[in-house]
Formats: sequence, structure tokens, C-alpha cells
Amino acid sequence: MSPILVGPLTVAGISTVLALIIAVLDKALNNYGDVEISINGGEKKLEVKGGSPLLSTLAAENIFVPSACGGRGTCGACKCKVISDVGPHLPTELPFMSPDEIAHNVRLSCQVKVRKNIEIELPRELFSIKKYKTHVEKIRDVTHDIKEVLFALDSGEIDFVSGQYVQLVVPPYGDIRESTQRAYSMSSKPSDKKHVELLIRLVPGGIATTWVHKFLKEGDAVELVGPFGEFRVHDTPAAMICVAGGSGMAPFKSIFYNLYETNAFPEKDIWYFFGARTSKDMFYLEELRELQAKWPRFHLVAALSEPSPEENWAGDTGLITDVLDRYLQTVIPKKDKGWEGYLCGSPGMINACINVMKKNGITEDKIYYDKFA
Amino acid sequence: MIDAPSVGLLSLFLASILTSNVLLANFLGTCSFISISKDFKSSMGLGVAVTLVIGITAAVCWAVLYFIIQPLGIEYLSFIIFIIVIAGVVQMLEMIIDRFSPALYLALGIFLPLITVNCAVLGVILFMQIRKYNFPQAVIFGFGSGAGWWLAIMLLASIRKKLDSNNAIPAGLKGTGITLITIGFMAMAFVGFSGMIAVQ
Repeated sequence: MSPILVGPLTVAGISTVLALIIAVLDKALNNYGDVEISINGGEKKLEVKGGSPLLSTLAAENIFVPSACGGRGTCGACKCKVISDVGPHLPTELPFMSPDEIAHNVRLSCQVKVRKNIEIELPRELFSIKKYKTHVEKIRDVTHDIKEVLFALDSGEIDFVSGQYVQLVVPPYGDIRESTQRAYSMSSKPSDKKHVELLIRLVPGGIATTWVHKFLKEGDAVELVGPFGEFRVHDTPAAMICVAGGSGMAPFKSIFYNLYETNAFPEKDIWYFFGARTSKDMFYLEELRELQAKWPRFHLVAALSEPSPEENWAGDTGLITDVLDRYLQTVIPKKDKGWEGYLCGSPGMINACINVMKKNGITEDKIYYDKFA
Repeated sequence: MIDAPSVGLLSLFLASILTSNVLLANFLGTCSFISISKDFKSSMGLGVAVTLVIGITAAVCWAVLYFIIQPLGIEYLSFIIFIIVIAGVVQMLEMIIDRFSPALYLALGIFLPLITVNCAVLGVILFMQIRKYNFPQAVIFGFGSGAGWWLAIMLLASIRKKLDSNNAIPAGLKGTGITLITIGFMAMAFVGFSGMIAVQ
């Protein structure tokens, strides 16, 4: 055999042997037999195969604990109370836990492995979360990197509150071997129970967004899991100060059109700050201006941070946080009804907006957001 | 087939702990040494894990070296092969511990996978290759070096515990600064053992 081949072949051979041993060991060792998961003091009992994380084990039984990252342990959303002793909190869980949660055995269900019979507590709403079979009815480019995707439910209806999100189930494609899930806020109105609309921005290297932008076609079958999330309009007279960037538009589109349609919370004034870099990144402007014209309590503030002179941009300019700061200080009337902050966008934008809002007297417990990591 | 050095197993064991301590004489595996030694309990876990991994990988890599690498004459690939073997063994060890001793698994926690990239492991295996140890020597040297690393991190963790409660340390030296100086002193102290036994 050629001496050039000996080296690479040996390395490949050794790697293969190790991989085989690991695969065999995994089959042999990662087998905990049948175990029982008892939920809410025995209200529901599940017979499952042990050895997998709690999150995916429950999902296989059609109980969907919310998770924005799909079980990678980076979002901290899939918290659940584990009553049985499953060992101390792992270092991967601690950054997401308050001392109070640690004391009450709250765990990240994606990090807890089911090895024996365990007892857990879950909010009852979770039982109403379902997996929906849908197909893509329409895909539309709203900007150069954001697509508006409309899914039609194949059967049944979805009941949700404006502001909630669903998880898009991304099947294996190309080099991606495993099915993944990513969370997207619904931009459709809750009154349309047969459709779900999502706004999906292409993230370079993103598994789900690449799939949607490069592979998904009209007519394709797609599964959605939901609805999840506590992000919603709060029943107070306080004015809503909403800030969004990019595909963070989605929950607000649903919220505004729903409020307009139902005229719910008539005391609330609504201020909507939408930030983009150039007019290439701006979308739904016509529709929102139209809404503003016919709906007096809705105020739209669209701002570009880097408009080029040839764009003839007539609206506000500057970073959305600076624009927000300026409006809070000089434009929006300080009524005794107070203000509430509603945010949707990148974690960086959310943190910056929280600082501006706090500086202008909105306390942190009145600022609501979903951070998708 | 191997021209093994004529050194007794007990002397080799003591030498790898004291005179040629992989950490304090060769300064290998310093990165996790400094970051983990902040905490006494974690140091204990990491020490056990490193000892286990070095001991076992030394044995496995010895077999790979003399039954695969040398007969095929591909010594130039030994670095790559050793790293692959270390990664594989660590992965297997993790699965076995996870299954049979969840308590130890939790104690070792994230440290086990981290050891894959600990240069002390690769360093010990390369010494084993250069010094042409036979199989018993390789295993003893592996476990001894691991134990030496464990001893060193426990010593440092204890010292740092005292240092933390000492307010006399100038602000600019607190943390890693004073730790590096401490390691220097410890290394010098270990030089004191060098007259006892020598392995090359």
C-alpha cells in the first residue's frame, strides 16, 4: 500500500473503532428501562423509556414545556419543578436560577436526565399545548432578509393570546442530522384560528432561519408546537410603550390589529417605536401608517439609524434607543396612568431599551419582553 | 521490542508525583489549574478526574503506540492519534461513570469533558513515548503524574483559600497575579525534591 495512504487510513480506522465502541457503549449503558413520570401529584402518569432529558421525554409524550433554544440549555425557558431528588443543580442550570428557584427544586428540564421514577410539577396550561400539522400557504419577502410565512392548519383550531409564540419544528436537512425547534412570535390575529403567521429573519448560519429562507416552499408540510409565552397586553390603564426591531415586529403586529379589531383596553394609549438601519430594512410602514390614520390612540414612530441621503427619509433618525429616550422626555405626555414597556428584538436591543425606560421612570416590573437566545 | 529505561516502578511513581511533577516541573495543564483552584471542592473533583483520565489514556495510548503506530512507521501522526484516543476515552469514561456512579458523575460535572483539552494528559503520553517506557511503567507513570497534578491543585486550592481571606495583598495582585506568584514558589519548593529520584 502506498505509504501516503497508511497515515490517513490509520487515523480514520482508529476514529471509526472509537466511534463504534462509543456507539455500542451508549446503546448498552444509556438504557434505564421503563420509568414513570408522575405529574402534579399523580394527576397524570406517564410510562416512558429512561435515559433522555426530561424535556424531550415529555415532548415525546405530547407535553410541550416551552423552550426557545430547543434543549441546548441556553435560553433558560424550560423550567419545571422536580420534586424527586435528581441530584444538585448542574453548572449549566445555575446561571438561569434565582436563589428562590434553587431552594424550590426548579430545574431546567433540558438538563435533567430521566433515570428513575420521578415526580414533577407543571403548570396546567401546558397540557393545552399541542403539535399542529400545517402546510405553508404563502411566503412573502417583506425585506431583503425577512420573510412573512403563512401556515394553514390542516385540522383543528389554535387558541392563543396576541404576543404568544410557537415553536417551528425544523426537520433534518442538508448537513443537519437532527430535528430542531426554534421559537417565533405569531404575527397573525388570534381571531383567525385556522392560520399562523410568522416573521422570520435570515440569521447567517442559523439552522431554522436558513431552512426557512433557502429550503421552505409554498405547499410544504410543517409542524408547529404551541402556543407558549406570557408576553401579552396587561389589563391596566397605563400607556403601552412598545419597541421593536427587525422581526421583533411580529408580536406587535398581532397585538395592534387585535386591539384595533376588538377595541379591548380602550383606556390604553399605544406608542410603537420601530427601528431599522436603512429603508431597505423597514417594512409594513404603509399598513401601520394606515392603521394610525384611522385609530387615534395608536402612535407610530419609525426610525432609521443610518439613512442614506438619497433615501429621502422624512421620519425620525438615530438609534431606536435615542429616539425612545427623546420621545419619553419630550413628546409623550406624562399622564397619571403611567407607562408600561413592551419589547421584542435582539437581547442587545432589549437590554439597551430597559436601561432607557428605567432612566425615564418605568420600573422593571412594568417592562415586559421575551428574550429569544 | 522496547528499550525501556531500568527504573523501578515505585521510584517512577514517586518521581512522577514529586521530582518531575507534571504541573510544577513541566508546567503542563496550568490553565485549568489556575481557574479551578479557586474552589476546594471543584479542585478535588478535577484532581480525581485528571488522575483517572491520565492513567487510563496512558495505558490505551501505550498499546496504540506500540501495536499500531510503530509497526506502521507513522510516528509523525502520533500527536493526532493520541488526541483522538484521549477524546474517545474521555467520552467513554463519562458514559460509564454516568451510568454506574451518578454521584461521582455529578461531582466531576463539567470537568470530565474539559480534560480532553488538558495539555497535561497529552504531555504525559508524549513523555511516555519519548522515554520509551514499557507497559507497567507507562501505567504507573500515568497514574503517578495524575496524582502529582491532583496533589498540586489541592495544595494550591488550600493556599488560595488562605489568601482569599488575607487583606494584605495589594489590589493589583489579587486573583490570578498572586496565584501565579504562588505557583512559582511551589515550583521552587518542589525543586527541593529533585535530589531524591530522577527520571528523564
